[in-house]
Formats: sequence, C-alpha cells, structure tokens
Amino acid sequence: MRADLLAQLNGERAARRAAILVTDIADGAQRLVREAEIGADPLGAVLGRHLASGKSGLVEVDGRSLFLTVQVPPVRLVVIGAVHISQAMAPMAAGLDLALTVIDPRTAFASPDRFPDVDLVAEWPDAALGGRVPPLDRYCALAALTHDPKIDDPALAAALAAECFYVGALGSRKTHAARVARLTEAGFGPAQIGRIRAPIGLPIGAVSPAEIALAVLAEIVTALRRAPRPEAA
Amino acid sequence: MLSTDTDILTAAESWRRDGRAVALATVIETWGSAPRPVGSHLVVDEAGTFLGSVSGGCVEGAVITEAIEVIAAGAPRILEFGVADETAWRAGLSCGGRIRVFVERVD
Repeated sequence: MRADLLAQLNGERAARRAAILVTDIADGAQRLVREAEIGADPLGAVLGRHLASGKSGLVEVDGRSLFLTVQVPPVRLVVIGAVHISQAMAPMAAGLDLALTVIDPRTAFASPDRFPDVDLVAEWPDAALGGRVPPLDRYCALAALTHDPKIDDPALAAALAAECFYVGALGSRKTHAARVARLTEAGFGPAQIGRIRAPIGLPIGAVSPAEIALAVLAEIVTALRRAPRPEAA
Repeated sequence: MLSTDTDILTAAESWRRDGRAVALATVIETWGSAPRPVGSHLVVDEAGTFLGSVSGGCVEGAVITEAIEVIAAGAPRILEFGVADETAWRAGLSCGGRIRVFVERVD
C-alpha cells in the first residue's frame, strides 16, 4: 500500500466521510475512491452496493480479483427527548451499533437514573449540537420525540441543514402540518421538509414505547441500507 | 468495518511516519466459522511488533513471519490458512474455518 493512500484513507475516516480502497490482489495495485467519486467511477455500481452494506469484500471484474476495503463512518443516532420511547430505544440502538446521544433540556427527564450508560445531554439542542455533541452530518439519524416545538424544531432544522440520512419527528398528521408551516416560515423548501418522516416509524401498528422505538429503529435501518444516498456535497 | 480496524490503519500510518518498515495484513476471504471478519487488519513492523488480529490468535505467528518477509521483498503475498493439519508444519485454524490473508508492504 502506498503511504499516501493510507494517509488519505485515514483522513477521510477522520472527516467522517466514506471511502473505498480498491486493491488488485494479483499485483497490489491500488486506488482510493471517495464517496463523492463513486457515481462517476467505472466500478460505480458495485462500489455503491458495498458502500450501502458497509462490508469489505472481494469482487471479480474483467477476470481480476479486486479487494474492496470499505470504510464507512460509524452511524450516530441523536434523539431529542429523554422520554419513554428513548429509554426503550437505548438498548436496542446499542445492539444495532448505533452510537446514541439523547438530548433534552428538561433535567427532570434527562436524569442519569433514567438513562444509565447513555450519552445524555441536558441542554437545548441548538446549544448541544456543535458544543457538547459533535455537529450532525450525513451519517447521523435524528429522531425528535418531545412533542414540544421549542425543543424539536431547532434540532429538525439542524438535521435538515446537515443532510442527516434520517430525520424523523413524533406527532400526529395535524401536529406535523403545523410543523411544516413553521419550517416553511423558517425558510426550508418542500423537498427538504419532505425528508422528515412523520408520522415517525414504519407502520407496524406500534402502541407501547418499546414498539414505537422498534418502528423508528426499523425505519432508520431501512434508510441506511436501502435508500439511495443523497449526492455528497 | 470495526472501529478497531481503522485504529490499526491509523497505527500503520504513524509507524510508517516514524520511519519504521511496515506491512499490513488484511483478511480478504473467509469460509466456515472464521474467527475474524473480512476486512480485519493486522499491522506488523520489521521487528515483528504487531497490532490487530486476523484470526483471534490462531495464525498470527505465521502471518507475522510472512509479513516480515514481505517487508524485505516488497511484493505482496496472499496467504491461505485452513484447518490445522498435524502432518504438516503449518499453522491452522482450530475452529475449522479457512481464511485468505493479503499481506502488503506500506511504501
């Protein structure tokens, strides 16, 4: 491996951007394909599939064996609201390798007793994001669960601006219509606002907090594994 | 890719920058109950110092020996390890799996 390619691969990793190192195992010839370059690459289709699965592996192309070292940033899940659903979600998210952060300025909700071993931030979302919590990016999912526009709206605005791969908001269709009006007023267009999943979660008839948590996580996995990724900026 | 494997790539870069001769071993294929997934890395320097794992311990010794030879020779190698074979002087995997490992020098 060329030391400069290794440094570039590590650099992409540090910047939380995906990249694939393509190695011809017959002679060791290598090249690095950054996420933004995959669409235009001759191997674009196969690289895209490996990027979506997040798995490294061997592929045969024109009689040559190529090993794809797939590097995808760890996926973060930011939940707004230290509510019952979030409590149920914490152990499930851990099992799915989602790095969970729960943000809620209401200290009565955001108490460590209710969220043992969870990265819990008792601050307003706009203060927390980019402060105590790293800024949102395309490898983040955001679920707004407080029902309170004062808490949810700034987080949703930040998630849309950061092009999070998943943005969901709890609330009825009526609640969401009011939310759409507020976000439109704040300058977001219909395409951006349309990315918000509301009502939140896959329609599995969820009733209990744990069931709603499951529906939300299933929707996040679907967005991560099946949906085409937005073009990299 | 597991985060520990990227830590290994970071180590490979910093070892190289420190002027050490470095080889990188990567699991490229597995069959059966292989202990470490495809994409797992092991980094080795010319003194045999290593970090990471390609098999959970079963064949690391053999991989390190080959990696030191790759550091000297320069050309990459593909190693294959299968079930432990008592009649041959070869490292094997007691779990019954098989793995292929790509070993390359960092230049």
